[in-house]
Amino acid sequence: MISNPPDIILEAKGISKYFGTITALESANLSLRPGEVLGVVGDNGAGKSTLMKVLSGLFKQSAGSIFFEGKKVEFSSPRDSQNLGIEMVYQDLALAENLPIGDNIFLGREPTRKFGPFKFLDHKQKRQLTEEHLSRLKINVKSADQRVEELSGGQRQAVAIARATAFDAKIVIMDEPTAALAVKEVGKVLDLIKGLKNLGVGVIVISHRMDDIFTVSDRVMALFQGTNFAESHLRETSRDEVIGWIMGKKI
Amino acid sequence: MEQKDDTLFIKLIPYIDKYGILLLIAIMLLVLHLLQPDVFFSWRNITNIFKQISWQSMLALGVFMVIVTAGIDLSVGSILMLSLMALAISSRAGLPWQIVVLVAPAVGLVCGMINGLGITILRMPHPFIMTLGTLYIFRGVGNLISGGVPIGGFANQIRSIGNGKIKLEWLYGEGAAQYIPSSLIIIIIIYVIFWIFLNQTKIGKWIYAIGGNPGAARAAGINVNRILVLVYTLCGFLAGIGALILAGRTGSAYPNAGLQSELDAIAAVIIGGASFFGGRGTVLGVFAGVFIMGLLRNGLNLMNVSVFWQQVLIGSIIILAVYIDVLRRQFGTRK
Repeated sequence: MISNPPDIILEAKGISKYFGTITALESANLSLRPGEVLGVVGDNGAGKSTLMKVLSGLFKQSAGSIFFEGKKVEFSSPRDSQNLGIEMVYQDLALAENLPIGDNIFLGREPTRKFGPFKFLDHKQKRQLTEEHLSRLKINVKSADQRVEELSGGQRQAVAIARATAFDAKIVIMDEPTAALAVKEVGKVLDLIKGLKNLGVGVIVISHRMDDIFTVSDRVMALFQGTNFAESHLRETSRDEVIGWIMGKKI
Repeated sequence: MEQKDDTLFIKLIPYIDKYGILLLIAIMLLVLHLLQPDVFFSWRNITNIFKQISWQSMLALGVFMVIVTAGIDLSVGSILMLSLMALAISSRAGLPWQIVVLVAPAVGLVCGMINGLGITILRMPHPFIMTLGTLYIFRGVGNLISGGVPIGGFANQIRSIGNGKIKLEWLYGEGAAQYIPSSLIIIIIIYVIFWIFLNQTKIGKWIYAIGGNPGAARAAGINVNRILVLVYTLCGFLAGIGALILAGRTGSAYPNAGLQSELDAIAAVIIGGASFFGGRGTVLGVFAGVFIMGLLRNGLNLMNVSVFWQQVLIGSIIILAVYIDVLRRQFGTRK
């Protein structure tokens, strides 16, 4: 059994989500501590992405509760979870490809300056913050003004992660962050995850790649058909066991 | 060798993107001047062009914002007509001009809001459907409230908005004929306000983001539906302003006002370089698009070219403009 010390930062209890007659999640639980990397595995349709979208406020759960730093919270929009410091990197990246890198990183939270009763975009500050943040994450792009559609898959993933970490996130949720990447770029993303962990950020990583899970995770949990199937500290399990969980088998 | 040509072409795309339209305007101005050296660049003719495009430029600006969100508004011509009829009826009812002046923009705003709410609350599969419906509804209502006949006789204050002249006697001397049409001033003010709105405010940025990827906008915590309602409402409002200008120019409200002008508005937006797929385009481009259509009509009228040729030319320019957009998407993005 995994103990629940009081420093748990995020906890989901009994989360269910129904889409019409389809049950995507049934009483799923999840907990996360600061500086911990939780790997989440499961077959397609196991409910991983749905659970993460509930935690990020994109979906409203049909039943169950979310606790942040011990307090019950309700998310009616991703804005609510972002305000608490919960950020998500979506599998489909959720970038507006027609906009420049900087606009994507600050989308919805644009720096502004006041002009009488009006607030106008502060393009200069946005550019400066973007460049600082990209260099902090060691992300190389030609310019912060480059449109996302001009970037490679790895660069896009990096921008998506930059977007999730630009606002002192306490929790970063990543849905298949390495799925669309070349081998060389995978290592870079995994390094970013380790960097976040060292900063005390709690990270949830969904991945199909056992290499990812066993490189960065502290703990791994498996969902099967919308419910918790198994969970273990990484050092107490093996790849074969985790692969078995994904297929719904316990040894 | 071919490789090299390709890269040069790709390098040129952003410039064609940005300045191609200005080049097109410059060429058109030059050609029209050479063909009609006495008339074309006369004060009278140039102001005439601006007067002619004044109300269409309002429709085009509204439709532009809608197209940036990857939507479409087919009802702007009907909104214009209904707003104009409402203005005429309130004027005939003897309301003071201070009230009458507000009627057209207010009616336009409400019509636009109906479009926006219908698209979002009724979850229409595409804005095309909702605004196709209201294209019929608004014109029908306009004819119902007016009895399907023209209504004339507006107060001078109302007429001066679309038809006023700011005399330049201080510049050209006593009795000079030169003037700036008030409708041009309105165009400039409205276009500057909307340029600021779209480029310098958060909501403006979000409108582009929605056109680029509505899912990304939603994930960023943006209330996409609320922004869409706002965009369609503003589009209707601008059609109402267009009605106010048209009231001044024609002096009467008539059943065919704005008929098919939604298509002109869409054409101007596309010619102006906005992408029909959303997320791309500039306010200046829209103005250029409207201006090109105005120049084309004016020039061909001056040369007594048949109106049918105007149709052929405008159609050709639309296809050319979109073909440039296709090329840009092909070369300008990584797949």
